[in-house]
Amino acid sequence: MRILETQGLTRAYGGVVAVNNVDFTVEKDLITGLIGPNGAGKTTLFNNITGLDMPTSGKVIFNGKEITGTPAHRICRMGIARTFQNIRLFKELSVLENVMLGCHFKVGDPKRRLASALKSYVRLSSEEEELYQRAHKWLGFFKMESLENELAKNLPYGHQRYLEIARALATEPQVIFLDEPAAGMNPQETESLMSTIKRIRDLGVTVVLIEHDMKLVMNICDNITVLNYGGKIAEGTPSQIKSDPLVIEAYLGKDDEDE
Amino acid sequence: MWSFFLLIMIYTGIYSLMAMGQNVITGYAGMLSLCQAGFFAVGSYATAILCVKCGWSFWATLPVAALLSAFLGLLIGLPTLRLKGDYLAIATLGFGEIVRNVINNWDKLTNGPMGIQRIPMVKLFGYTFSPYRKGIFLILVWVIVLACYFLVTRLAKSRMGRALEAIREDEIAADSMGINVTLYKVAAFVIGAALAGIAGSLQAVFMLSVSPGTYVFMVSIMVLCMVVLGGMGNFFAVIVGAFIIQFISYFPQLVGLSSVIPPQFKQILFGLILVLMMIYRPQGMLGRSMRSYDKLQGISKPGLLAKLRKKGDAR
Repeated sequence: MRILETQGLTRAYGGVVAVNNVDFTVEKDLITGLIGPNGAGKTTLFNNITGLDMPTSGKVIFNGKEITGTPAHRICRMGIARTFQNIRLFKELSVLENVMLGCHFKVGDPKRRLASALKSYVRLSSEEEELYQRAHKWLGFFKMESLENELAKNLPYGHQRYLEIARALATEPQVIFLDEPAAGMNPQETESLMSTIKRIRDLGVTVVLIEHDMKLVMNICDNITVLNYGGKIAEGTPSQIKSDPLVIEAYLGKDDEDE
Repeated sequence: MWSFFLLIMIYTGIYSLMAMGQNVITGYAGMLSLCQAGFFAVGSYATAILCVKCGWSFWATLPVAALLSAFLGLLIGLPTLRLKGDYLAIATLGFGEIVRNVINNWDKLTNGPMGIQRIPMVKLFGYTFSPYRKGIFLILVWVIVLACYFLVTRLAKSRMGRALEAIREDEIAADSMGINVTLYKVAAFVIGAALAGIAGSLQAVFMLSVSPGTYVFMVSIMVLCMVVLGGMGNFFAVIVGAFIIQFISYFPQLVGLSSVIPPQFKQILFGLILVLMMIYRPQGMLGRSMRSYDKLQGISKPGLLAKLRKKGDAR
């Protein structure tokens, strides 16, 4: 079942077409990989889907409903969470508070903003307790409870990546977009990240990831889409992608040029 | 001397209110706003005009002053939301000056540069809070300051305070976490402006007259100084900052050196304080106040955690 798709999505910055007429589909409960050389438009595609950027043309459809151009915070509330390529944590806040902020809107009522704000104000302790418990649960998922009171900026790099994922999961999304989760990790860390991503999928969260680490991508992705120069050049299972001549050309260059 | 100290304490109270407002905008939401003087003026003139021309009592004008300032906060907040850092500072600086110029030139309503005199004294149950009896007036000011302090610190502790801090730390990430950045930023402006409006109202009944010369740009800078000196994101610290800044600016009079040290001296000193603090102690004297979750961590560790694990498994 398709949970999310883009139809003819194009994003041009003046004359530069970063994403060109891309049809990208995400199947529910699977792990979808998005790969391509640097500058291929992968992150731009993510930004356009998650509402941080507005497509020039084309549609984004989530659960059969068009969500093109919806502001990021509303897209998040609909059930699409994300992490960032260059980690974007709330650095001066504690690990716990970072995850609590992921749960932030879970205790409010978007229909009655003023009423729920007043409720937060008057019933401060009970609401804080609920937020704390939710956050604590997600930190437990990553075995990071002992780091709760650390400032986010003081965490080691690998933990910062996990914290960002924990924060995104705390919004209880249907789909989570991970932008290069393995960047800067050593082989052992990548190994444990792979099992973590599988555990996330087992929670019933559909995973979409951008990654350059081919071992990770080929091992855990069910579907892979390849972008190059903003356009989609291939789509399929890992074994199909591995033998696709266009993909090989994009990554290694044409054969005859070397001769 | 004692009466001079009381005067400093009264001004500390009035400026504390403005500094707390500035702290919501700058310390929590991370927006560099320079128009507290504008909101201060709106609050003062609201009280002055309603008291003198409409014969309202101070207590009726106080909420009107706060609401009117808050409304102006909304007006300035909405268009300037897209601006960041220096650009926001310039836009808000302009707004503060616009307010002062309007007051200066709207003769019919504000009496122009002459200002409004003979504002009636504050009365409560037949008792008059005369600004000439500073001890009593001090109590009035500080009761209001403490009430506002209670309200804003509670706000800061709630999830709304946390959301404001998230916006300060990383706007894009906050947006992607389902936090309505626009709404919170406007709310911060509205709260900050309302507090300055209350301060303005008190200023009017303390001076018993208002004139445009009181609400100059320097006031905004003083308030910013208080927040930076005390510590951004810490409401108690900005009150301490307010006291120190007030003490410094009245120091020449206090020691009887006002003929030797020109009044411009304090402007040099404020600039110096801002620069030195930014270089050597950017977090301010007391630093940011951290929320404590010890209580929550205590209750949830043994029993509840197990329950939560079960819930997690059920998912």
